[in-house]
Amino acid sequence: MTILDSLSRLAPMRLDLDETGYSIGDYEGAGTRWCHGCGNSAILTALQKLCAEEQLPPEKTVIVSGIGCASRLPHYMGTYGFHGLHGRALPTAEGVKVRRPDLHVFVSTGDGDCFSIGAAHWIHAIRYNMDMTVMVHDNRIYGLTKKQASPTSPRGLVTSTTPRGVKLDPLNPVAATLGMSNVSFVAQAADWLPSILYDILHRAYLHRGLSFIHILQRCPNYLDDDFDEYIRHPERVVLLTHPQGIEPEDAVARRFPNRIEHDPGDMAHALALARMSDGLPVGILYRNDAVPCYEDLLAPRRLPVASRIAALEHELDRFTVRPDGSRSDPPGEVITPPARALAG
Amino acid sequence: MARSAVVHTAAAPVERGAAGRLPKVRPLRVRDHIVEIVSDSGEGAQRCGQAFASVAARMGNDIWTVEIIPAEIEPPPRSIAGASGNRIRIGSHEVSNGGNDADLVVAFNEQVLLGRVRAGALRPGCDILLESKWRAHRDPEVAAQYAAAYEQLVAEGYRVREIPLEELCLEHSSAPERGKNMFVLGMLCAIYSQDLGIAREQVAFTFRKKSDEVVRRNTELLEAGYAWARQNLDLRFEIPAAPRTEVQVAINGNTALALGIMASGMDVCAMYPITPATSASHYLSEVFENVGGIVHQAEDEIAACAFAIGASYAGKCAVTITSGPGFSLKQELIGFAAMAEIPLVVVDVQRGGPSTGQPTKVEQGDLLQAIFGGHGDAPRVVLAASTIEDCFYLPITARRIAETLNLPVILLSDANLATAQTTFARPELRREWFAAPPDQSAVDAAELPYDWERRTGLHRRLIPGQPGGMHTLTGLAHDRSSAVAYDPDVNEEGLRQRSLKLVAFQRTLLTPEVFGEPTGDLLVVGWGSTRGAIEEAVAALRAEGHRVSALHLTYLQPMAPGIGDILRRFGQVMTVEMSWADRLADPLVTAENRRYSNLAWLLRARYLVDVDCWSEVKGQPLKPATVERVIRRKLAGR
Repeated sequence: MTILDSLSRLAPMRLDLDETGYSIGDYEGAGTRWCHGCGNSAILTALQKLCAEEQLPPEKTVIVSGIGCASRLPHYMGTYGFHGLHGRALPTAEGVKVRRPDLHVFVSTGDGDCFSIGAAHWIHAIRYNMDMTVMVHDNRIYGLTKKQASPTSPRGLVTSTTPRGVKLDPLNPVAATLGMSNVSFVAQAADWLPSILYDILHRAYLHRGLSFIHILQRCPNYLDDDFDEYIRHPERVVLLTHPQGIEPEDAVARRFPNRIEHDPGDMAHALALARMSDGLPVGILYRNDAVPCYEDLLAPRRLPVASRIAALEHELDRFTVRPDGSRSDPPGEVITPPARALAG
Repeated sequence: MARSAVVHTAAAPVERGAAGRLPKVRPLRVRDHIVEIVSDSGEGAQRCGQAFASVAARMGNDIWTVEIIPAEIEPPPRSIAGASGNRIRIGSHEVSNGGNDADLVVAFNEQVLLGRVRAGALRPGCDILLESKWRAHRDPEVAAQYAAAYEQLVAEGYRVREIPLEELCLEHSSAPERGKNMFVLGMLCAIYSQDLGIAREQVAFTFRKKSDEVVRRNTELLEAGYAWARQNLDLRFEIPAAPRTEVQVAINGNTALALGIMASGMDVCAMYPITPATSASHYLSEVFENVGGIVHQAEDEIAACAFAIGASYAGKCAVTITSGPGFSLKQELIGFAAMAEIPLVVVDVQRGGPSTGQPTKVEQGDLLQAIFGGHGDAPRVVLAASTIEDCFYLPITARRIAETLNLPVILLSDANLATAQTTFARPELRREWFAAPPDQSAVDAAELPYDWERRTGLHRRLIPGQPGGMHTLTGLAHDRSSAVAYDPDVNEEGLRQRSLKLVAFQRTLLTPEVFGEPTGDLLVVGWGSTRGAIEEAVAALRAEGHRVSALHLTYLQPMAPGIGDILRRFGQVMTVEMSWADRLADPLVTAENRRYSNLAWLLRARYLVDVDCWSEVKGQPLKPATVERVIRRKLAGR
């Protein structure tokens, strides 16, 4: 065994003195089992590209998910993955991050997972603002369970659970997220615009705090034409550009005649964009780097065992009773049992 | 002019003269006494009781306190259901429970006192010290209620002494309604021959977060109460100190639990507020950061459990603390931790159920859920604290089991242990309790995330940060490499391996000791906080020559080896529990359709022994006298 081998056994870190680095292949896991043409594949590719670009050590990267098609993503990564319970990806990821702020945490979740069964966690995850990147794959339908309505399904959509059409207007996740306390990063992307998706994901990763990316994602099996109006008519996409947001190359930007310079620091404008009814804003809607991260406010500290024991001994002191039977009064007679002693 | 106490008994009402004329009262030595202090909520009876218990403990007595808690924050004043306060049992011997009937009661109004009478908490004919200001209350209805209650109590034989508590405090405080609890503390110290110096220290400790002026005023009230009782009351007891040389701690079960969690080396506790578990989290929130840990108050019970699982997954085992309803909500995630094999400690401080049930009251109805809750076969270890000392040590044990077996460990406590205070030997903290998770050595190229050892199901856990250990854990059926199972044999192998961990663990457990002889006519089996009451009852009956023994279980899942043999060595076996069991006296209930209490179900199923059960679900801690009665009836074949 070389010295280097033994050192690397001691230290839980990669001693990569040759600086060979990681390639995309290092981030590949099991072969995907998504349907042919599924938009999730584009999101997976963007994430793998980001990991390689940022040279994230696979052992220091954790992808947390819930249940649904989107939540299968960790299996297809070469990193650590946590394929948890339906709706609970966010609180699980929070636990990972609070325990191990050194890990790069990504959350892969869907419209049902995040906006329906896990909606309570969505609100509070935004409020905690922990440093993680949340990718919500929104295909506006439940795919894994075969075409039930989701909270973002358009009104009138016929599904297995709404045979006469969805009766309610869909939830607007971007507007809702912008309305949440402590929101620090909100973006909207689409799987069919991969270079813009990548730019947004990259910005999201670099942002310190919870980066919420609402990704419109095609479901070729159950809702194949849902986003056609935007795919066939790129002019209906409103591309948000800004030095603080994304600045796509000209070759990409040129495809979108409808471009707006939007300052992600402008919440009022971000809300107006999120609520627009005649177009699809794509880009970074809001960003605020000043919101504190929960793990900076509350995280276990690495204390030497001796300090921990000393602190705990100090606590025990508060409750300690020392042996002391001394009495000032002369002893009386012992009468047992007590009930009889007092009966008279 | 000093005021006087009026003493009435049914037999002979006696009015005593002015202060100082009492003959010197010689204290009556007793081995065990139970005092209750009751008031409306917020009048300070609980604080008085806790301080009195601490003084007694520091004097060398064994103590056990029971909180008397109304279900509401502010129940209507002077209401029978609104009694708030403390029961303090003081002994010369080891005190393991709240005992039977109170020997002396201090009541700030007659209605809360009636509440205690109605609850059957008082010994017939016991001494009562009653605030008398209501007798001349300006509202004639109040005055009439007081007079009627007083007459009733005297007629029933209670020795009621009326004392103008607030009036007596007026000389020392402009707000006597807030200071009289310390006056009463002084009175009790005088009655029970407690050291005034120790009581002064206790008052300073009780008000340590307040100004010096507050401490001074309360000390003055304490001293005034002490002096007044010395001069005006003919009640004097002495409870000799228990022979003791070791240093002890005096704490309640939830404080012990919080200290145990800190001593276990766990450093993440995720919780959502729920009664009666929350007070453990209050204390943890106050001090955990000093020890390097955190309390995360999650948005709900499910999130708290998920957060703890996430933290466990990424490092040391984490803990979530809850009570009944929250425990139900966590079941899906507990099943997940069992499936994905993530260590997790779940503390359930049980309360009355089902549904919202009785949030502040004790019950033991969660045992079957702890073992079998959730869908599918999700093996977990279930431990139950039966003493307050257990509340300290079992979190340390629980973490160790969870990290060795990589599964959820459920630690059951209950509302009785949570709020009861007693003394036990001060723990000696050990460095190894704070150790990192086991085995973080480098991952071998051939190592799989679920390298189940065939006989035991054991394997080591790969934690994020370990190079070469990358995998995706999942709640889906999976194989040794954590790949989703599409092969029917793979699913069955996972179920077998996870179950074998409990089998292997069971073989490491020691057979519990029988309390009493190892054979006899009747074995009483219990678990949890009923231990003190059961063993006190059994000891009393054994002293009379009855061939009865007791067995108390800490490990409920799996159960230790040898228990079946123990059960079969007795003529009859019955459990005594605080979870519902159908009463055979009910006309439609038969041996065939009867629903047994939790532990009885388990023993019958596992050991094929005809285990009977007796249970009480009144929300009150079990009394030794009640258990004694039950055992006598069983021994008599009724």
